[in-house]
Amino acid sequence: MSVSVRIPTILRTYTGGESQVTASGGTLAEVLEDLDASYAGIRARILDDNGALRRFVNVYVGNEDVRFLENLETPTPEGTQISVIPAVAGG
Amino acid sequence: MSTVIAEQAHATSHDGSHDGSHDGSHDGSSTAAHDEKPGIRAGAFGNATGLACRECGHGVELGPFYACPECFGPLEIAYDFPAITREEIEAGPANIWRYKALLPVPTDIEQSPNMEPGFTRLLRANNLGRELGIDTLWVKDDSTNPTNSFKDRVVACALSAAREFHSKVFACPSTGNLANAVAAAGARAGIKTVVFIPSNLEQPKQVNSAVFTESLVAVNGNYDDVNKLASEIAGEEDGWAFVNVNVRPYYAEGSKTLGYEIAEQLGWRLPDQVVIPVASGSQLTKVHKAFQELVTLGLVEDKPYKIYGAQATGCSPVSVAYKAGVDAIRPVKPDTIAKSLAIGNPADGIYVLDICRETGGAVEDITDDEVREGIVLLARTEGIFTETAGGTTVGVLKKLVETGQLDTTLETVVINTGHGLKTLDAVAGSVGPAATIDPSYAAFVATGLA
Repeated sequence: MSVSVRIPTILRTYTGGESQVTASGGTLAEVLEDLDASYAGIRARILDDNGALRRFVNVYVGNEDVRFLENLETPTPEGTQISVIPAVAGG
Repeated sequence: MSTVIAEQAHATSHDGSHDGSHDGSHDGSSTAAHDEKPGIRAGAFGNATGLACRECGHGVELGPFYACPECFGPLEIAYDFPAITREEIEAGPANIWRYKALLPVPTDIEQSPNMEPGFTRLLRANNLGRELGIDTLWVKDDSTNPTNSFKDRVVACALSAAREFHSKVFACPSTGNLANAVAAAGARAGIKTVVFIPSNLEQPKQVNSAVFTESLVAVNGNYDDVNKLASEIAGEEDGWAFVNVNVRPYYAEGSKTLGYEIAEQLGWRLPDQVVIPVASGSQLTKVHKAFQELVTLGLVEDKPYKIYGAQATGCSPVSVAYKAGVDAIRPVKPDTIAKSLAIGNPADGIYVLDICRETGGAVEDITDDEVREGIVLLARTEGIFTETAGGTTVGVLKKLVETGQLDTTLETVVINTGHGLKTLDAVAGSVGPAATIDPSYAAFVATGLA
């Protein structure tokens, strides 16, 4: 299943400057795995050593923070928009 | 004498401390913009020397960057402060620029059109103290700032950064007070503003922004949704200064002035206890930072103090984590009348936990009814009309006393961050005419009010 992933500025060195890329996978975990196959090393910037989302990264499937969904097991249907965003904004 | 103060800042150099593959790729600045950006003038950020990640210490050059390129942690301003005396500060203007040497702003900051916020009154609150059984109580009343909330402080610092970065748009996601402050400051500075708010925001806060800007954008969703949108826009649009996103390190420093003022107005000494509302948590962390800087610079005597955080139960992710004894904040969907505190995923929540625990304070929360009672209590005892955030803080102060978490014999300061006229609806159902009568003396006597 093909999904769109919005890449934060910090990680665009991995994507050749692209702010939006496509990837495939039925869950967020699979999408990140596929993303890493295309852009080696990018997953380790989003996940910590234990394979969990880093503390200062928010990931959205559609417009919802995956921490309110099923975290890395959140389903990512065909055409889903995924956004990776630094968490330290606001207030 | 030179004093270096940078919270957990181990490096301020952009070079040599990492592999270099991420140079020029920080959030808020595309590679193209980085190459083409106009230069930053000498002294644009005063005594600031760079940005440093609060988590890993990674150093980054001064720029419109907010997230660490290594770990996504928050970037903070690192300084090299010269010796500063009380007399130099006291000779400054009666606004936050008296502390300009301690902020990331140029020495000529007063020359640029700005709202000149700060140096608000610190009121001895004997009546409220008596009511709550606190021996020495003060209210730091920030409702008297130009747009009636503490946000004028942070926005003034963000505006300076936007100006120095040659930004073309001044913007923010906001729970309301920030929108008011950004829209007004932008109008005065002559810079285009675009402010984003949750569409269900209190009507007075919408009007208070819309009157200053043509570009108020109401977003279907809560504040965290608005914040997410703003972060995405900041990553795509060149030349936009989102005060609390890509220029957040500069913006947040403005809250230090609350701490500086409290200490100066107490006669250059620190209070024993401070109660501060918690939305993102930034203000609380910066008041603590201000106290620490004053000690390091020798402007006040070092002494123990406790910092307490106040939340509304309907949006209390930090209080919940505090009470559970955990370090991680679990985001929530806010449901409270204290909309200015309704941030379900607070960026600085973990640092609030650290500070409140380290100083021996606490984080507490109260119900919406208690928030309303807090508003009325402050109004009836001290003649100060606070908004829901202040009602939360006063209500939590009361609860801290009742639960024995606050020492009533120690000097205590409570911060009122905004004006009650912005959230009239919150108490409109609780207060009103005691009687409606015909214009006759007999009718008045019949009310029993004579």
